[in-house]
Amino acid sequence: MNQQVDRSKRRFLVAATTVVGGAAGVVALTPFVLSMMPSERAKAAGAPVEVDISKVEPGMQLAIAWQGKPVWVVNRTPAMLSKLPGLAPKLVDPNSDVPQQPPYCKNVNRSIKPEYLVVVGICTHLGCSPTFRPELGAPDLGADWPGGWLCPCHGSRYDLSARVFKNMPAPMNMLVPPHYYMSDSRILVGESTKKGA
Amino acid sequence: MSAMQKMMGWIDDRFPLTATWKAHLSEYYAPKNFNFWYFFGSLALLVLVNQIFTGIFLTMNYKPDTALAFGSVEYIMRDVDWGWLIRYMHSVGASMFFVVVYLHMFRGLIYGSYRKPRELVWIFGMMIYLALMAEAFMGYLLPWGQMSFWGAQVIISLFTAIPVIGDALSTWIRGDFVVSDATLNRFFAFHVIAIPLVLLGLVVAHIIALHEVGSNNPEGIEIKKVKDPVTHIPLDGIPFHPYYTVKDIVGVVVFLMVFSAIIFFAPEMGGWFLEPDNFIPANPMKTPPHIVPLWYFTPFYALLRAVPNKLFGVIGMGAAVLIMAFLPWLDRAKAKSIRYRGPIYKTFLTLFVISFIGLGYLGTKEPTPVHNIFARIFGIIYFAFFLLMPLYTSIEKTKPVPERIPE
Repeated sequence: MNQQVDRSKRRFLVAATTVVGGAAGVVALTPFVLSMMPSERAKAAGAPVEVDISKVEPGMQLAIAWQGKPVWVVNRTPAMLSKLPGLAPKLVDPNSDVPQQPPYCKNVNRSIKPEYLVVVGICTHLGCSPTFRPELGAPDLGADWPGGWLCPCHGSRYDLSARVFKNMPAPMNMLVPPHYYMSDSRILVGESTKKGA
Repeated sequence: MSAMQKMMGWIDDRFPLTATWKAHLSEYYAPKNFNFWYFFGSLALLVLVNQIFTGIFLTMNYKPDTALAFGSVEYIMRDVDWGWLIRYMHSVGASMFFVVVYLHMFRGLIYGSYRKPRELVWIFGMMIYLALMAEAFMGYLLPWGQMSFWGAQVIISLFTAIPVIGDALSTWIRGDFVVSDATLNRFFAFHVIAIPLVLLGLVVAHIIALHEVGSNNPEGIEIKKVKDPVTHIPLDGIPFHPYYTVKDIVGVVVFLMVFSAIIFFAPEMGGWFLEPDNFIPANPMKTPPHIVPLWYFTPFYALLRAVPNKLFGVIGMGAAVLIMAFLPWLDRAKAKSIRYRGPIYKTFLTLFVISFIGLGYLGTKEPTPVHNIFARIFGIIYFAFFLLMPLYTSIEKTKPVPERIPE
């Protein structure tokens, strides 16, 4: 009987069964892998947030939560704003060429109204929330510190337009979320225009 | 034939109980010259058992829910009878696991235990080390304190450095766009069942591979080369049981004295085993002003911070861990043990140890420019130890290694 075994046919059948069975096994993993993606409930969360900015004094920062992340509203003083254009040589992306902001915020202030910066307070390096350090020439940050943010985790520094300085671990400027002014004192974070308008 | 012998015979006809006992204990011949450094393998096993045992009891009261997790840990600490002891045994055990594993790895380094024919023993060991890091990282999220949250935020964000798929990958790991309830719940699943199963499997593979090739020893001499012509037992070997089981029990007793002293007198170890900020519930709005991982990750964390580029920082950190797995092929010296090696190797090893500890220290400090310069210097030495190893181990003359273990 043994002489009649077709070895090449047997080898082909073993190989074919292994490949098809292996492929089926990989495909069967799909539901398990996909079950780890954000659920429908997680995707539905993240509605726009309305913020009253009238209480933010000049030079102050207000933090609110949007999509579970900190969003800051900073009311910058004219003195703070005057420093921003001169920082360009020290910055990675002074002109905000990387799309880390809606087109209407692609300017030196990275904002709609010059004084009010709205930004997601998450460092673009590894996701920590940087510390607001508005004081000029803070002793621990050097005499030429123009005010901005210092990330406590890995030391990345940002200016008061949330633009990252050169030679820092963070690769790009912090994200400016879509937002618009509902009135002079109220903004909506999460949408660029009024829905249905 | 006694009843006991009859029963053993009945079992042995159906399951290789006596044969297994002999193969791995009473007739497993280990070199006769094991020293202090050989305690840490069995101690690692002891701590693993401690972690699994105490972990089972912690899950009886812990709640993997962002609204309840922090409170349930405090509940274990305050209201569950002996809950504080079980929790401290687990949290101190985690740090002690790394203490014994680092000492165990250092033993392998100085005596060349990774060299041929023990490459797979070393590789399985490296896989255990990786699984252990994953296990510790995921476990640290569970108390849902400030350090839990921001530590997980940073480590998961490491994956965003990968081009193209990075963002999607980190979202998949979190199960949400931020570290959230979904993340906590899945980390709980990985921490209590998935990774422990992997760890146990790897430990079995590590020991099977070791017992296949036999243990190395402080002289780096292969005892299997000289066997008794009649019995075929290595002349420099002694049975693991009772000689080394008894020796290891002495190690266990001393270890448990230290372990108990920490649990009862300094369970937080001044912030080294449990960080102060982790006694504050997680707040996604505010990063603590000074965030650091626990001490066993700080050497790699310092490397990550030392590189002023996100992608290369992450690559450097990963490479620092993975490069250790290549030791068996990087080391070209004729002798295995440091006892027969020359001053070049000893200098490199000393510098490496200083760099590793130095990086570990810097990883706990603020990332100031001066600290970063030191971290870069230590980082270069760290990698030089491995990358230059083929060169300096092949040019350096070693002392002749004797056939038999000297008396």
